[in-house]
Amino acid sequence: MSSPAPSAAAGSIGLPHSAGLNPGDQPIMARERARKATWQSLAETKKVPEGVWMRCDGCKATLFRKDVERNLGVCPQCDHHFPISAAERIAQLLDADTFEEWHADLVPADPLGFNDRRPYPERIRAEQERTGLREAAVVGQGFIKGLRVVFGLTDSGFIMGSMGSVVGEKLTRAIEAATERSLPLIIVSGSGGGARMHEGVLSLMQMAKVSAALARLNAAGGLFISVLTHPTMGGVAASFASLGDVILAEPRALIGFAGPKVIQQTVRVNLPEGFQTSEFLLEHGFLDRIVHRADLRGLLAQIVGYTTA
Amino acid sequence: MTTAITNPGPPAKFRLPFEAPIADMEARLVELETKYANAKAGQDNEAPAIGDQLRRMRRELAGLVRSIYANLSPWETVLVSRCDARPQTRDYIRLLFDQFVELHGDRATGDDPAIVCGFAHLGDRKVMLIGHQKGKTLAERQACHFGCAHPEGYRKALLKMRLAAKLGLPVITFIDTPGAFPGIEAEERGQALVIAENLMGMSQVPTPIVSVVIGEGGSGGALGIGVADRVAMLQHSYYSVISPEGCATILWKGNEHAPRAADALKMTSRDLLRMGVIDEIIPEPAGGAHRDHTEAAANLKSFLLRSLRDLQGLSKEELLQLRYEKFRRMGAYLELGTESSEETAAAYQAP
Repeated sequence: MSSPAPSAAAGSIGLPHSAGLNPGDQPIMARERARKATWQSLAETKKVPEGVWMRCDGCKATLFRKDVERNLGVCPQCDHHFPISAAERIAQLLDADTFEEWHADLVPADPLGFNDRRPYPERIRAEQERTGLREAAVVGQGFIKGLRVVFGLTDSGFIMGSMGSVVGEKLTRAIEAATERSLPLIIVSGSGGGARMHEGVLSLMQMAKVSAALARLNAAGGLFISVLTHPTMGGVAASFASLGDVILAEPRALIGFAGPKVIQQTVRVNLPEGFQTSEFLLEHGFLDRIVHRADLRGLLAQIVGYTTA
Repeated sequence: MTTAITNPGPPAKFRLPFEAPIADMEARLVELETKYANAKAGQDNEAPAIGDQLRRMRRELAGLVRSIYANLSPWETVLVSRCDARPQTRDYIRLLFDQFVELHGDRATGDDPAIVCGFAHLGDRKVMLIGHQKGKTLAERQACHFGCAHPEGYRKALLKMRLAAKLGLPVITFIDTPGAFPGIEAEERGQALVIAENLMGMSQVPTPIVSVVIGEGGSGGALGIGVADRVAMLQHSYYSVISPEGCATILWKGNEHAPRAADALKMTSRDLLRMGVIDEIIPEPAGGAHRDHTEAAANLKSFLLRSLRDLQGLSKEELLQLRYEKFRRMGAYLELGTESSEETAAAYQAP
């Protein structure tokens, strides 16, 4: 499998160059620009019409949307990492046209007959139309710089990336495949919604299901790299996302168990500056590295490289 | 457990709102009992008639309690599961086990009173017991954070399960928590991580694990000690992905809608049995476990002994395989293109 052309810079120098994100990092030498690959099943995703301009959530600057998109969804001025779609993530991380999606035909049922402001099946359909995805998780296999991996992600755009039965089942199947085929596993999570309440306790049980599958992968000697992106909370943080052998996070992502609002209401004190950010987690020993989106592909390839001695 | 204790029911301050008719009738019963006692003492010849009336009223009261508790709404069930007088882990320890050797240390941060662990004798069986404790007195409640455990509690639980595994002892867990504690220190010490590690770790504990939701089964904090070979719920407990208040706040912008959320979330023991998440419902005494701790404990004990007996013949490999498959099966989804989903598939066509 061929490596994409522009990959040499960061990967060949040794350490990736997320300068200053981790203690002891070296200054920026070069930034790898991930290629704009196309991912077949999402190639024709209809783009929701959005404005030409957008506002940065980080520095509040008004940005030309195209500039942000060209910059991997990162603010060119302050490095704020915007959430990106499943298709963009796959294009950024995997070798062009190597992603083979698995279990795309899994779709949610409505076990509770759940109806908040609209019936759950209707909400699902609306999310499907808006995102071009069938569910919040996408799994399959692909190559990173020629190395074969099992790859999964949760897209925070689909019901807040929350884990219901389909997300749990897809991830479990992916983990089982990684175990059976002795392949490294990478899961990029973006799940502000945690376990999806629309499927009730069945969503909660997905936490046990995926964690048990990861226990088997671990026992079989498999490598699992968990990449946390903004936001990763609740039942997702409290299951697979925290169980990586190597845990990476994008800068300033919100990561935690309970939501900041809930905590504030419970303890009734102001939350410390930077609470529940990637930087906070790194400081408390729960992350291995914080990595700039531009360096993620190179870093993943480096780490996966250690699976063969 | 053998002596029948006449339980007068919980003191008045524990009355739940829907129990008003019960309280009324109980008040009338007390009046009538006094009248009967006086009549008997005074050799009144109306005494036998009053006696008959008294017996009728007692039967009526029992019927009333049964009928109210047979038709609890999901929200009323939540209220029962949270009732102050409801037996907690330490009550069951006293009522069920012949010996209890508590073990405190998580070997890292500190002791969390919200999770109780220790060696115990259940009949002639030796087990490791682990359970959430909410607390009875105000001081105990505050120390236990009302049953909301911190990372050290979950870490302690997993350590003690691994100790049990080393000694070949089965593990029994009692779930009774509104949820894992949402606080600054809890996050700083890795609340998400410890729950995740418990889920992963419990799936590999090579001795039998039996879990019972005895009160509140509040999301990840409940599941964190709930990955088991047999999972049951006491009849009037609940088990949910999110608290009804939390759900109501998110969906309907106010926790006054909690009753509606309790209904929507399908969190009662009957719902969970139907969804295949639990194996069994353990019946509670008429009027709920809080009315008769002894009978509740007896029902719990017979379930535990039966479950341990069922599981004892399995090899370590069989046990772990069956536990894996048990959780592996959970979930509801459709697979497009397979026969079973063809009818419903149309509703879920991707754009």
